[in-house]
Amino acid sequence: MNNQDERSKSFSRRTFVVGACQGLALAVLGGRLAWLQLAEGGRYKTLSDKNRINIKMVAPSRGEIVDRFGVPLAINNQNFRILMVPEQVDDVDKSLGKLARFIDLDDRKIQKVIKASKKSASFIPLEVTDNLNWSEVAKVEVNLADLPGVSIDEGEIRNYPFGYPTGHLVGYVRSVSQNDLDGDPLLTLPGFKIGKTGIEKSYDKKLRGEAGNKQMEVNVRGREVRELENNSSLNGQRLSLSIDAELQVYCQQILAQHKSASAVVMDAYTGAVYALVSHPSFDPNIFTKSISAEQWEELVSNPAFPLNNKAVGGQYPPGSTFKMITALAALEGGYATPNTTVRCKGRYEFGKDKYHCWKLSGHGTMSVVSALMRSCDTYFYELATEIGIDNISAMARKFGLGQKYGFDLPEERAGLLPTKKWKEERVGQVWRPGDTIISSIGQGYILSTPLQLAVMMSRLINGGIAVDPWLVGYMDDKKVYPDKWPKMDVSQKNLDLVKVGMDRVVNAKDGTAYDSRIEEEGFEFGGKTGTAQVKKINRAERARGIMNEDLSWKYRHHALFVGYAPLNNPRYVVSVVVEHGGGGSAVAAPLAKEILLETQKRNPALSDIKLTNVIEKPENNV
Amino acid sequence: MFDTVKLNTDQTIFQKLQNMGWGLIILICVLACIGFTALYSAAQGNFDPWASKQIVRFLVGLVGLFIIALVDIKIWYRLTYPIFIVGFISLIIVEIMGHTGMGAQRWINLGFIQLQPSEFMKIAVVMSLARYFHAAGQDDMKSFKFLIPSLVFILLPVGLVLLQPDLGTSLMIVMAGITMIFLAGAPIWIFLVGAAASAASLPVAWYFMHSYQKQRVMTFLNPESDPLGAGYHITQSKIALGSGGIEGKGFLEGSQSRLNFLPEKQTDFIFTLWAEEWGLMGGIFLLVIIALILLYGIIISMNCRHAFGRLLAMGLVVNFSLYVFINIAMVMGLIPVVGAPLPLVSYGGTSMLAALVGFGLILSCNIHRDSKLPRMQ
Repeated sequence: MNNQDERSKSFSRRTFVVGACQGLALAVLGGRLAWLQLAEGGRYKTLSDKNRINIKMVAPSRGEIVDRFGVPLAINNQNFRILMVPEQVDDVDKSLGKLARFIDLDDRKIQKVIKASKKSASFIPLEVTDNLNWSEVAKVEVNLADLPGVSIDEGEIRNYPFGYPTGHLVGYVRSVSQNDLDGDPLLTLPGFKIGKTGIEKSYDKKLRGEAGNKQMEVNVRGREVRELENNSSLNGQRLSLSIDAELQVYCQQILAQHKSASAVVMDAYTGAVYALVSHPSFDPNIFTKSISAEQWEELVSNPAFPLNNKAVGGQYPPGSTFKMITALAALEGGYATPNTTVRCKGRYEFGKDKYHCWKLSGHGTMSVVSALMRSCDTYFYELATEIGIDNISAMARKFGLGQKYGFDLPEERAGLLPTKKWKEERVGQVWRPGDTIISSIGQGYILSTPLQLAVMMSRLINGGIAVDPWLVGYMDDKKVYPDKWPKMDVSQKNLDLVKVGMDRVVNAKDGTAYDSRIEEEGFEFGGKTGTAQVKKINRAERARGIMNEDLSWKYRHHALFVGYAPLNNPRYVVSVVVEHGGGGSAVAAPLAKEILLETQKRNPALSDIKLTNVIEKPENNV
Repeated sequence: MFDTVKLNTDQTIFQKLQNMGWGLIILICVLACIGFTALYSAAQGNFDPWASKQIVRFLVGLVGLFIIALVDIKIWYRLTYPIFIVGFISLIIVEIMGHTGMGAQRWINLGFIQLQPSEFMKIAVVMSLARYFHAAGQDDMKSFKFLIPSLVFILLPVGLVLLQPDLGTSLMIVMAGITMIFLAGAPIWIFLVGAAASAASLPVAWYFMHSYQKQRVMTFLNPESDPLGAGYHITQSKIALGSGGIEGKGFLEGSQSRLNFLPEKQTDFIFTLWAEEWGLMGGIFLLVIIALILLYGIIISMNCRHAFGRLLAMGLVVNFSLYVFINIAMVMGLIPVVGAPLPLVSYGGTSMLAALVGFGLILSCNIHRDSKLPRMQ
C-alpha cells in the first residue's frame, strides 16, 4: 500500500510536469499568435491585400474636339477588341490559331502578338486585334469558353468625322511608344493611344483624362470574385476650337487646285483661327486603325509632303508680302514720309551690283502707296540701305514674324528674321548692304510661315493690336483663350497709309491683284501679293530666255497672298501660300479671294464659340 | 498475485451519467462548434460540403463517446491487448493493400468509411502502455528489462506507420509513448540517455527520410526561400493569421482562406481560417477551450484511483495535446508542415472519431475512477 502511495505521488509529480509542459506549449502558441497578429499584423495585412486585390485600371474617355459650332472634329466610337493574357493561356500560338477560326487574323498580327507576349510580363493583357464588327464579336463571345485567357474588351476608338480636311489641324492618335512614357500609368494600358500630332498632341494630357481604378478581389487563380472599390476615371476634357469646320473644308477644296498649298484664316481682332489648311492632307482615321505599309509609303514618298502641316510649319520667304513691314520701318523710322518718292527704272544699282525690279521696264515715280499697290521692288531697295536690316527685322518682329506664339499646334515653326549679329554668328559672314536690299522685299534669309503672315496681316489692319493666333477656346466650359492684347507702338497714320496701299493692290486698276477683286458690294477685300523666289535665275539662264515657269516644279516661285476683308471694316484675315505655284497675283490672289468671300458669307465671327453639343452640322448660310 | 477484487459494478446508469464529467462534454461541443463555424466559412458560407458532414460525424461520434464512457473500465482493461492486436493487423493490411491517398498509404476502406488505422493505433498504444504499467511495482520501473516490452508496444506500430510513410504520426506515437513511460515512473536517466541517442541518430534519420519530408524540413527552416513552392503553405498561412489582427476580418470575410490562397483550409489549416476571421480574440478563445479540456483531463487522471485509469486518461490527454500543439505550431510556422489535423475542428472522419473515442475513454476513467482493477500481468 505504501508502495502504491509512493507511485501515486510520483505519478502526480510527473503529471504536474507534463501538465506544466502543456501549459507552457499553449502559452507559446498563444504568444506566437499574438506576435503574428499584433506585432506583424500590419505587414501581413498588406501582404494579404496584395494577395487578393487586383487593381485594374479603368481608361477614361478621351476628350472630344469640336469646332466653334460644336460640330465634332474628333470623337470616340465604340471599339471591340480582343485581349489575351498570356499567363492564362497554355499555348499562345495555339490560342491564336483557334481565334483565327472565328475572326480575320493575318500572320502579321499573329506574329506581332507572339512577339509582344515574349517581351512583356505574362500577366499583362495583350491586344490581339481591334475594330471587331458585331458578327465577329458574337462569334468570339460564343466560343469564349474554349478560349481561356481571351477576353473581349469594349473600348473606344478615335474617329475623325471630317477626316482629310482636318488631318493636320486635329492630328491623330497612335499607340504609345517607349519614348512617350511619362509616368502616367494610363500609357501602360494595352492598346492605349495618345496624340501624336496636331491638337491631339499638344493637348494630349487634357484630352487623355485620368485613369480610374477598379479593385477586384481575385482568387488564387486570378479569377475575379467581386468588386471591392471603383474609383471612376476622370474623362478627358472636351476642346472647343475656334475653327469653323465647314470653312476648313471649303478652304481645303480651294487649295486642292494646286499641288501643294496652305492657308490660314483668322480673326484680326481676337486672334481666333477659323481655318488652318495644308494641302495635300491625309485622313487621320488611317492612323487609328493599323495603317498599311502601302498607305504609309504613299504618304512619306509624296513630294508634296502630305504629313507636314505647312500652314504652321512651312517656312517661306515672304516675298512682296513683306513690303508693308519695310514701308512701316521706313515711315516709323523717319526714313521716308508719305510723300517720299523713288524713281523705278526697273533696276537698282548699289555699288557694282544691280538689283532688278520684277518689272524690268520700271514703274516710274513711286510713293509708298503706289509702290505697295504695284509691288515696286526698286522703291524698297532704295530705302532699305538707309533703314538697315536691324530696324527692318525689329519691325517685322513687332508684327509677329520670326517667332513662335506658343500656338496650339506642336508643328509650329519660328521662321527667321536675320540681323547683322545673326549672320555673323550663324553664317559666319559680315552682313552686306546687298543682304538688306533683298531682305526689304522679303527675300534672302527671311523666312515666315503662313500663320505668321496671317498674324502680320491682322496686326496691320486691326489698329496695331498685337494679337496672337489661337485655336482652343474652351476646355470643357472653362475659357482658355486670351482676350486682352497689348497695343503696339506704331502710329495709326502710318498703318492707315499702308492699308490704303493694300486696298489699292486689289481694288485699283493698276493693283497687282486687281483681277481677283470682289465686286459684290460689301465683300470687297484688300491685301498684298507676293512671289517668293526659290532659285535665282542667273544671267546665263536669263540670256537663254529661261523663265521661272520653265524650271522644274521644285524650283518654281512660291505664290503668296495676304488679305483682309471686309475692306472698310476689316475683320477677317487670310494668308495663302502656294508652293512653287508661280506668281502671287496670278495664283495666290484668286484663292484668297474665294476664301475671303466664303469667310465673309459664313461670318463665323458673328457667333461666339458654342459650348452645347451640336450634333447636326450648321447649315451653310449667312 | 491474482486477487479478484470485488468489482465496483453497483453504479446505476443514472449514477454513471451523473459522474460523466459534463463539463468536459460541453467543452468538447464548444470546440466542435468552432470547427463547424470554420468549415461553414471555408465553404464560402455553405454547410456543404464540409460542415454538414462534420456535424453528422460529430453527433454519431458523440453517441459512440457515451457508449465508450459508460462501458465499464474493466472491460476496456481486458480488451486492451486484443484492441492492440486488431489495430496492428489493420496497419499491416494498410501496408499491404491500403488505399493510396495523398501519396502515402494511410487509409483502409471498410466500404462505408475510410479509416486511418494509425489514428486508432495511437489510442491502442496508450491503452496498452497503461495496462502494462498498471501492474508494475515501484521496483519494476527501475529495471530496464521491465521497460523493454513497453518499447515494443511503441516501436512495432511506429515502424509500420513509418513505412506508410507518415512521419508526423510516428513521431506523435513515440512522443506519447515516451511521456507515458515517464508518467509511469521510469528513472530520469533513461530519458537523458534516450535524448542523447536520438540526437546522435538524427543524421541517420535524415538519410532515411523521403525527399518530400526533407523538403518540408528545409522549407520550415527557411520558408521565404521558396514562397511559391514548398514554402507556399507556411507563408500563406502566416499571412492569413497575421492579417487577421486582433478582431479578425469577420465571419465569412477571411480573404486568404475564402480565395483559396490557403491550402487545405478545411483540414490541417482550419486554425488559420479561424484565426483569420476571428482574430487574436478567436484564436485565444480556442486555445483557452483547449487548455480547459487539458486541465479537465488532467484532473480526471489525478482523481483516478487505479493506475490504469490514471495512465490511460493522462496518456490520452497527452495524445490530444500533441495533436493540438503540432497542428497549431505547424500553421504558425513554428515547426515543419507534418500533416496533423486539429482534433474535433479539422474536417475529417477518422480524426473526429479517434478524438471522440479518446475522450470517451477519458470519461470512462472518470465514471469508473473508483473501480478496483486486478493487478495482474
